[in-house]
Amino acid sequence: MNAVQPQTAAPSGTALRMQGISKRFGPVQALCDVSFAARAGTVHALVGENGAGKSTLMKILAGVYQPDAGSVEIQGRPQTLANPAQAIEAGVSMIYQELDLAEQLTVAENIFLGAEPQGPLPWTVSHHQMAIQTRDLARQYDFDLDPATRVEDLSTGDCQIVEILKALRRNASIIVMDEPTSSLSERETVRLFEVVRQLREKGLAIIYISHRLEEIIELADEVSVLRDGQLVHSEPMAQLDIPQIVHHMVGRELNDYFPARSVEVGPTLVEVSDLSSEAGIDNVGFDVRRGEIVGMAGLVGAGRTEVARAIFGVDKKTSGRVILNGRELNIDSPSDAIASGIALLTEDRKRTGLCLELPCSYNITLPNLEQIGMGSLIKPTQEVRIAKEAGERIAVKWANPEAPTDSLSGGNQQKLLVARWLLANSTFMIFDEPTRGIDVGAKAEVYGLLNTLAQQGKAILFISSELPELFGVADRILVMRRGKLVGNLVTKETTPEQVMHLAAVEEN
Amino acid sequence: MSKFIRQLLPFATLTLLIAALSALEPDTFLTAENFLNVLSRSSVNGIIAMGMTAVIISGGIDLSVGSMMALAGMVGAGVMLKVGGPDAGGAAMVVGTGVGIGTGLLCGLLNGALITKLKLPPFIVTLGTMSAFRGTSYIINNSKMYDVPTYTFLGQANVLGVPVSVLILALVVLAGFFVLRYTPLGRYTYAIGSNREAAFHAGVNVDRNLIAIYGMTGLFVGLASMIQMSRTISAQPTAGISLELDIIAAVVIGGASLSGGRGTVIGTIVGTLLISFLRNGCTLLGISTNIQLVVIGAIIIGAVALDQLARSKAEAT
Ligand SMILES: Nc1ncnc2c1ncn2[C@@H]1O[C@H](COP(=O)(O)OP(=O)(O)OP(=O)(O)O)[C@@H](O)[C@H]1O
Ligand SMILES: [Mg+2]
Repeated sequence: MNAVQPQTAAPSGTALRMQGISKRFGPVQALCDVSFAARAGTVHALVGENGAGKSTLMKILAGVYQPDAGSVEIQGRPQTLANPAQAIEAGVSMIYQELDLAEQLTVAENIFLGAEPQGPLPWTVSHHQMAIQTRDLARQYDFDLDPATRVEDLSTGDCQIVEILKALRRNASIIVMDEPTSSLSERETVRLFEVVRQLREKGLAIIYISHRLEEIIELADEVSVLRDGQLVHSEPMAQLDIPQIVHHMVGRELNDYFPARSVEVGPTLVEVSDLSSEAGIDNVGFDVRRGEIVGMAGLVGAGRTEVARAIFGVDKKTSGRVILNGRELNIDSPSDAIASGIALLTEDRKRTGLCLELPCSYNITLPNLEQIGMGSLIKPTQEVRIAKEAGERIAVKWANPEAPTDSLSGGNQQKLLVARWLLANSTFMIFDEPTRGIDVGAKAEVYGLLNTLAQQGKAILFISSELPELFGVADRILVMRRGKLVGNLVTKETTPEQVMHLAAVEEN
Repeated sequence: MSKFIRQLLPFATLTLLIAALSALEPDTFLTAENFLNVLSRSSVNGIIAMGMTAVIISGGIDLSVGSMMALAGMVGAGVMLKVGGPDAGGAAMVVGTGVGIGTGLLCGLLNGALITKLKLPPFIVTLGTMSAFRGTSYIINNSKMYDVPTYTFLGQANVLGVPVSVLILALVVLAGFFVLRYTPLGRYTYAIGSNREAAFHAGVNVDRNLIAIYGMTGLFVGLASMIQMSRTISAQPTAGISLELDIIAAVVIGGASLSGGRGTVIGTIVGTLLISFLRNGCTLLGISTNIQLVVIGAIIIGAVALDQLARSKAEAT
């Protein structure tokens, strides 16, 4: 037996050095002379506001974009990263903000895409081997996944796990995670952190992009801050705290993160009873009063999104009634729901939210043509003006409202959806993870908006995986577990521990 | 900027082609008569291509338009002759025309209904109806054609020196432009093609809009069929064989994407004219039809390749 090289722990050489990187998209200078280095065996957090250039910098590292100027060195060797294949070859693995899996293929096929183990005959693939290796890999990191499931049947949370396994399978020396937890539950997040720490132990360099600063405090060894395409700060985490990071990000102090809630809660506006659907929710009932923000907590897969989908007419109801303003609604489709005064901001902007190649303005007005008086005739100049106003209310960063939607950064795409539903002016508004992927400043704006909407007498259902924001904004918190409503708590009288307990504990 | 150039590409090619042909054949090509001739020959394809543009933008395809054209002609002519006899007069012609166009509309609605209600891919549905419509048009008169010697207005008459068919084409192009740009139906067409799920979640009634789009295409096919029938003063069960390929080619040359979400009326009409002028030029230059086919094939691939190139440039810079 020849001795296996012991895993040398955390060599702290420089794994990556990017120097003088600039990148321009038409009129937008996305990156300007950015120099960035990450050491092996560390977690390096990359933070900044929406559109600051984080994803662009990482896409250059991944060979997706070519920089206008600058150089990249990996493990001390200069690299030309002309395409993603070269970047993977050089040891870089990306886990994108927008999940990017082949939906028709299975978990195992995705993980082994481009590196399928050979079967008994040349030119064949051993599905057996793929399944075994996938299962091993998943078990090694404590993930519970069936290799034969098709990706399109997975929840967003599970898709993320497949992405992570895929990167792990490639034995990368640098792993970039672009907002990996934005779709994970608290429990999955904890598990992910364990994985990240394991990878750090093995001497990998992890570049970690997130808008959740608490995560960065917990995980990062170093922090670099991008602002408007420039690297404005880089420092070991030990010397920083959240207010300082925020200050570097936005260039000013940020006060009043959560709005003061002083809304007169009125009579009951929404009554949902006995709601069950084919998607597996079971006898869910709750009400929301005028001016009230009701939060909904639960683990990924607990059925929160399914409640929203059943109310909104996406999933077929098997039982249940929805009463709005004293009138029982008969909703069979989203268009019925919208016509009755219900809005749903969906959690997955790529799949169910945006038409990415169309102009931003189209996406903002899509459900609202009637609302803005263009139900039978569209007036383009007026439409662009309305979209512009709606976008500016939450500071969308775009070249102009007619720019293609996929030219916006992830967080700004999310803002388009918020702008859309603000324009819809519905009575009952359901927001499913509305702050997913948006920066601290914009989050504060969204919380403020929820508050304003409540003040205007709307009823709001706010689904979120982040307990702090539920506790910061909601008057009441509903807790879902396995398709059932297991808690209906007044925020002031409960604690995050109690909510977590309800969400996670199995009754037997 | 480069998006602009991309959209200009078919235009530029068309202009170049016309300039070249004008230089080569100034006497026969560069005449009002020849231009009107080319336009009127383009009218059938151009009208159908307007419908196909909407279908392709919505992410679908309609392979049945050629067969549908034959069927609409056979039904229209059959009714016309039933009502008015072999020398059908004005009233019979109006009835026959209405029935012919109505047949197209019904065929289109049938396509739309099958696609949405049975949740089948448009390719499969229209592949099926392509065969079924063709078969039906043979059955109607035992594989024989109908002669309609008096039916000359749509395909052969002029109004103020302009062929009626060209006027109709102009109207349909305007209508297509208007629908796609200024109506919710047009907007929803783009949204459905770009991301059907997102459109659905935004309250777009996807099924109803798709049925409308295929129905509209059928209507245009019916109209085109009447022009074709009038041009040849006959309805033939073999009309429009492989027409769908020409139409799809024109739409694609015009910049539409077969994966949906992209395409314009202007692009399509330029694409249609490009093919027509190419045919016309080749004929005038004495180039055989066999070679024409090869040239048109090369143009389709070239146009789409250039478009892709411009696109990836636009994304990479
Ligand atoms: N393909 C593109 N075409 C045009 N502009 C682009 C493109 N990609 C990014 N941009 C622009 O470059 C800037 C930086 O975008 P980037 O996606 O890097 O931001 P980010 O820091 O990742 O933001 P977020 O936190 O919202 O994800 C933005 O202004 C964005 O609009
Ligand atoms: Mg980003």
